Amino acid sequence: MLVTSPAFKENASHALADAALQKALARARTHFQRRRADAAAGLPEFEDLRARAREIKDHTLAHLDFYLERYAENVERAGGFVHWCRTAEDARAAILEICERAGARTVTKGKSMLTEEIGLNEHLERHGITPVETDLGEYILQLRDEPPSHIIAPAYHLNLDDWEKSFREHHTGLPPERAFHERRDILTEARKVLRERFLAADVGITGANFLIAETGSSVIVTNEGNGDLTQTLPHVHIALASIEKVVPTLEDAFCLLRLLARSATGQDFSVYTTFSTGPRRPGDLDGPEEYHVVLLDNGRSAMLGGEFQPMLRCIRCAACMNHCPVYGAVGGHAYGWVYPGPMGAVLTPSLVGVDQAGHLPNASTFCGRCEAVCPMQIPLPQMMRHWREREFERHLTPATVRTGLGLWAYVARRPTLYRWATRAAAATLGWLGRKRGRFASLPFAGGWTGGRDLPAPEGETFFARYAKTQRQGKA
Amino acid sequence: MSRDIILAGIRRHLRRGPLPPDQAAMLSARLAEHPRHIIPKRVQLSRPELVSLFVRNLEKEFGSVARLAELAAVPQAVAEYLAAQNLPNELVIAPHPDLRQIPWASHPLLKLREGRAEPSDLVSLSSAFAGIAETGTLMFPSAPERPTTLNLLVEAAIVLLRTSRLVGPYEDAWDLLRAEGTRYNSSGFMPRNVMLITGPSRSADIEQTLELGAHGPRRLHVLLLEDDPTAKG
Repeated sequence: MLVTSPAFKENASHALADAALQKALARARTHFQRRRADAAAGLPEFEDLRARAREIKDHTLAHLDFYLERYAENVERAGGFVHWCRTAEDARAAILEICERAGARTVTKGKSMLTEEIGLNEHLERHGITPVETDLGEYILQLRDEPPSHIIAPAYHLNLDDWEKSFREHHTGLPPERAFHERRDILTEARKVLRERFLAADVGITGANFLIAETGSSVIVTNEGNGDLTQTLPHVHIALASIEKVVPTLEDAFCLLRLLARSATGQDFSVYTTFSTGPRRPGDLDGPEEYHVVLLDNGRSAMLGGEFQPMLRCIRCAACMNHCPVYGAVGGHAYGWVYPGPMGAVLTPSLVGVDQAGHLPNASTFCGRCEAVCPMQIPLPQMMRHWREREFERHLTPATVRTGLGLWAYVARRPTLYRWATRAAAATLGWLGRKRGRFASLPFAGGWTGGRDLPAPEGETFFARYAKTQRQGKA
Repeated sequence: MSRDIILAGIRRHLRRGPLPPDQAAMLSARLAEHPRHIIPKRVQLSRPELVSLFVRNLEKEFGSVARLAELAAVPQAVAEYLAAQNLPNELVIAPHPDLRQIPWASHPLLKLREGRAEPSDLVSLSSAFAGIAETGTLMFPSAPERPTTLNLLVEAAIVLLRTSRLVGPYEDAWDLLRAEGTRYNSSGFMPRNVMLITGPSRSADIEQTLELGAHGPRRLHVLLLEDDPTAKG
């Protein structure tokens, strides 16, 4: 997938001016927040589970080599194959090879952000294999040739009329006079069209929410059942998973599963939570005859042992973006790559480089809501600050910002000068703004006042006011 | 080899070599013991209360329940359900010993076929391995007598669940499978596929508004066979 993160500012401006997008964002914004709050409040143990989930993942990451080896042994014991891949290119090649050996013409796909990360669909198409997205949201985006704008609700940015328009355009075999009265009609048509694709597919490709070391299982969580049809009906099932998805035991997985749906959609549990372990067993009447796991690193191992390791605890619930004021204002496409919102602002620079994605950790108000709702207690704002520091250290920050920061640091390190300067600035601005109470523009602050007014100070600094109340208190 | 390079990279970033044998032994012991974590208090209930919790949670997730006193009541319950839902009198049945004991002769109009589901099947009847009251969830480990397609391809899935197989938390259901699952295969207790199902298929991808019946069954109906005298309210 093309990285447009360097154009974040332009992307965001377009997003703010896009009326249809703003309509979709306004509708979705409070929906997920309300649902998550209700679900978390409904489980008294929710906060304790968060703390435990974090311990489980930290323990796993500290012994990741051990658990991956154990996991792979158990996959192989159950008759499956593990393909270890270091890079996106390795993973694409491994998947293509399995598909070609199976003589595949079409493959169905369950929802997987990792296949977006490695650009799998384009690669398969280039080699004459047709990938079919089967998650409803992913399906319409494939018709529209758009990337997902959200990690669990890929068509977050679309309105009902977009669905009808795309279905009429692409399902040309159906009567053009058919009516779409309600959402249900869209769903019924998609069900019918996709059912044929499920039955025709030679290979099914899914992601994995978790890998279980104890049993060698891959786990998927869906509400539609598309992932299950994808991995059950074709001759071959391929599960693509990144290395940090592994957890030691089923019990460990269920600590995380109790948090996942509640944090994501506000359900107590998703409709289908399915564990796959190897191929069809003797006597089984259905299920794939071949089971492959493509186990991908793609930059994760380099995040271990450093300041970004906590990001590897992420279970992709999307609570951070659902509660982010920046995501809520500009949507997911503005972020310019696979992972949007706060988790994307931390992960994208790790995976594509801070030179490409440096804007993302800067597009934050540091309000802290993402960290407050993260089921894995990932310190997202702190890690965005780490990226800003790295960006500064590598001289990627623009000269004006560097000069301004340097000037500020010079003054801030000299308390007398700092107090004198802020007193003078507060007094001057207070006097200048005494009539209107705010400034529509100020020299050197055009970037700030471009989008809003600066309230005029009252004329006194915080320090002066504090000293005064202290004196009054003593008197 | 990619495997060795990835593992070496992990160790390098964790600033250590392969785990010393004593540490590896500790981790192996943790895997063997698979300790439980926090179990929600909501499932610490008497058996009759567990049944009520299961029913309440299943209905909250748009499933429906009929309570039956004996296996012989299944044909009547199935016929009534099909009539009420305006579904044809035709179903595909899992080749499960429990279901083979059902006396169908009383309802000769029901057309039955045993096996896996085919795309043309509209209604299935299968037998759940366990029910989990915590969230109204059904557990289906795949086996010759429990084909996966019966849970997926039909419009309406009817499921027989015995109250004696009802547990509180997920962990209890896994313990049942750990104890009984080894008969399915030689490589451990895990069958090829274990589905945990909570209600009928759905999607909220269109404007974040819930619609039932995405790709899987539109309806999920549980026949709760009250075979556990301690679970009767």
